[in-house]
Amino acid sequence: MAKPMALSGNFAAAYATKQINPHVVAAYPITPQTLMMEKFSEYVANGEVDTELVCVESEHSAMSACIGAAAAGGRVITSTAANGLALMFEVVYIAASLRLPITMCVMNRALSGPINIHGDHSDSMGTRDSGWIQIFNENAQEVYDTMFQAVRIGEHKDVMLPVMVNFDGFITSHKFERVDTLDDAAVRDYVGTYTPEHSLLDTEDPVTYGPLDLFDYYFEHKRQQVDAMRNALPVAREVLTSYARETGQNEYDIIEAYHLDDADVAIVALSSTAGTAKFVVDRMRAEGKKVGLLKIRLFRPFPVEAVREALAGVKQVAVLDRSDSFGAYGGPVFAEVRNALYDAESRPGIVDYIYGLGGRDINAVDIEGVYNRMLSASGRMAGDVQYLGVRGD
Amino acid sequence: MKKTIPDIELMERGHQACLGCGAAHAMRYLLKGLGPKTIAAIPACCWAVIPGVYPYSCMDVPLQYVAFETTGASISGIEAALRAKGKKEGTTVVGWAGDGGTLDIGIQALSGAVERGHDVKYVCYDNEAYMNTGIQRSSATPFGAWTTTTPVGTTKAWKLSPKKNIVEIMVAHDIPYACTASVAYPEDLIKKAQKMKDITGPCFMHIYAPCPTGWKYPPEKTIELARLATDTCIFPLYEVTNGKYRITKRIKDEKKKDVLDYLRMQGRFKSLDEGAIQSIRDHVDFEWARLLRKEECFGEEQ
Repeated sequence: MAKPMALSGNFAAAYATKQINPHVVAAYPITPQTLMMEKFSEYVANGEVDTELVCVESEHSAMSACIGAAAAGGRVITSTAANGLALMFEVVYIAASLRLPITMCVMNRALSGPINIHGDHSDSMGTRDSGWIQIFNENAQEVYDTMFQAVRIGEHKDVMLPVMVNFDGFITSHKFERVDTLDDAAVRDYVGTYTPEHSLLDTEDPVTYGPLDLFDYYFEHKRQQVDAMRNALPVAREVLTSYARETGQNEYDIIEAYHLDDADVAIVALSSTAGTAKFVVDRMRAEGKKVGLLKIRLFRPFPVEAVREALAGVKQVAVLDRSDSFGAYGGPVFAEVRNALYDAESRPGIVDYIYGLGGRDINAVDIEGVYNRMLSASGRMAGDVQYLGVRGD
Repeated sequence: MKKTIPDIELMERGHQACLGCGAAHAMRYLLKGLGPKTIAAIPACCWAVIPGVYPYSCMDVPLQYVAFETTGASISGIEAALRAKGKKEGTTVVGWAGDGGTLDIGIQALSGAVERGHDVKYVCYDNEAYMNTGIQRSSATPFGAWTTTTPVGTTKAWKLSPKKNIVEIMVAHDIPYACTASVAYPEDLIKKAQKMKDITGPCFMHIYAPCPTGWKYPPEKTIELARLATDTCIFPLYEVTNGKYRITKRIKDEKKKDVLDYLRMQGRFKSLDEGAIQSIRDHVDFEWARLLRKEECFGEEQ
C-alpha cells in the first residue's frame, strides 16, 4: 500500500536507500547532497538499516570504497554532486569497467570555477561517456521510484553496470513534495537480494578484478562493456514500464512524451525543467497552440529510436541544455537528439538553448518564449545554438 | 631441522618481476604470514605488473587491482562489505602498495582508512622511487639518491630532501600496530604478518624492498643490500604496538656497519661527495638514537 509522505529529493533518496537496505554506503559530504547522507546516517544510528556506512575522506575514496565493496559482492549506494563527481572521475570509469552495479545519486550542480553551488547538469554530463547508466529525474517522486529501478537495471545479469540517479541540485534535492512511498516489504520484494556471480569474498576460488589487460584482451573487454550498455536499453525499458504493474506506483518509461502526438513544435528537456515545460504546454494548449514536450529520462544509454519516434511528425524542435560542451556544436542533449534525428524520415528543424547554468532560474515565460519563437518562425529554424536567460544575448 | 618459514605458497612461480626484485620476495613472505584466507588490493605500482598480464596470474588469493591513490579506500570498502555480509571472521583484507602509492598519492586514503579504524592491513613495499614508471623520485626516496627526476646535473645533483617517515605518520594516527620489515629478515617479516592477522583493527607494515633496476646494483645483491640497510641502522626493524616501541632487530654499537658500505654498493649514490655522505651518516645516527630513546621511553614494560 502506497503511503504519501512529504519528502525532498534528498530525503526521498535517503528513504529509498533505507528501504533498499544496502550492504554498504560510502559517501563524502558536498552541497547539495549532504542532507541525503545526514538522513541516512540517522537511519544507521537508529538501527533501522543493516548497512555499513563508511564516511570516507573524499569523493574519490567514496567511489573507491564503493568499488571495493561491490567487488566484494555487496549492494552499494553512494551520492555526490559537482566537484565531488569531478574528483571521482577516474574511479567512476573503473566502476563501470569492472561491471559493478553501484547506484549513485547525483544532485546535479554546476562545476567550478568560479565556485557555484546551484543546479546545472555539467557534472553528470562530464561523465556521460564513463559507462554509467544515467537516469534524469523530474521530481522527488521520480527520484524515489528510480532508486529501486536503478538497482534492478544495474544488477540485471545482462547489464551489470552502475547507475547514476540524477536530479536537480536544490530545485529537486531541497524542495519538499508529496511522494507516494511503498512499504518496506514491497521494496524488499521488488529489489530482491543481490547475488553476484563472482566476488572477492571467495578465498577458496580466488578471482582477480581489473588486472593488467593489454593489447591481447583489453579491446574485447571494452566491446563486452559496449554490449552491456546496449543491453541496458531494453532492460531499462522493461524495468521502467513494468514498474507500475509490479508496485502499483506511477507509470514510467525511458522517455516521456507530453502532448507530442499532434504537436507542431516541441521542446526536449531533462529533469525539473520538464515539469515547468509541462505547465507551459498545458497553458499554451488551452490557447490552441500545438506544442509538446519530450522529457528524456534515460540519457545513457541514449534511447535513439524512442527519441526519433517521439519526435516524428514534429516540424520544429528546441533542445534545452542545462550544460554546455565547450567547443562542441551545442550542448550534450542537442548533440544526441540532433544525431538521433539525422536518420529520421522527416527531419524537423532543431535548435539548442543553453540555459540555467549555475542555477540561473528558468521560468515559464522563458519556455513560453522558446515555443513562441518556434511557432512564429517564418521557415525552418536549424543549427542555431543560443543562450537563454543570459545577459548580453 | 625445524623450518622457520611456512611451506605455504600463495604466490606461484611465473611472476614478471625483474631479476632480483625485492618486492617479489616481500609479497611471497607476507602471504606466508597472512595465509590463504586473504583478500588483496593492489594499486598501480610494480606489483600491478608482477602478477602477470591477463589472463595469467601468479596469485592464489582474491585480488583487486585498484586506482593508484585508492588502496586505503578500496580495502575499507572490501572490509565493509565483508562485515555487512557477515563473512569477516578469519578473513584478512590487505592493501599492498608501493612507496609512491603510499607515501605520496595514496596517503590521504591510507590516513582515512586508519582513522576510521577498519579491520584492514596495509603493507607498503618500499623501493624508494616510482620504479614502475622508470625511477622517478618519491617522498620515500632518501636524501642523496639519484633518480631520473633528481638527476646529477651541473647545477643540481641528487635528491635533497629527506625520506618521509611513514611509520611515525601511522603512529600519529594511534594505529594499533605499525612495523617495519625487510626481505633480508623473512622470519621477522612473517612473524609480524602473523601478528597483524591476529589484531582486529588497522595495521601498517613498511617493507624495505631493494630494486636492482632503480638502485643500480647487481640483482644477486638484493638480500645482502637489504641486510646492510638494517645493519647500518638506515632501515631499522621495529614495531609499535598501541604506541609501545620494540626494536625487533637490535644492532649493537660495535656491530653497526658504516653507511658507506651500503652507499658504495649502489650506482644511485655514486656521485655523493664526502660532505653528503657525512650528512647521511649523521642523519642515520640521529634517527637511530631517537628510535632507541623511543623504545626506552615508550617501550614494552619489562
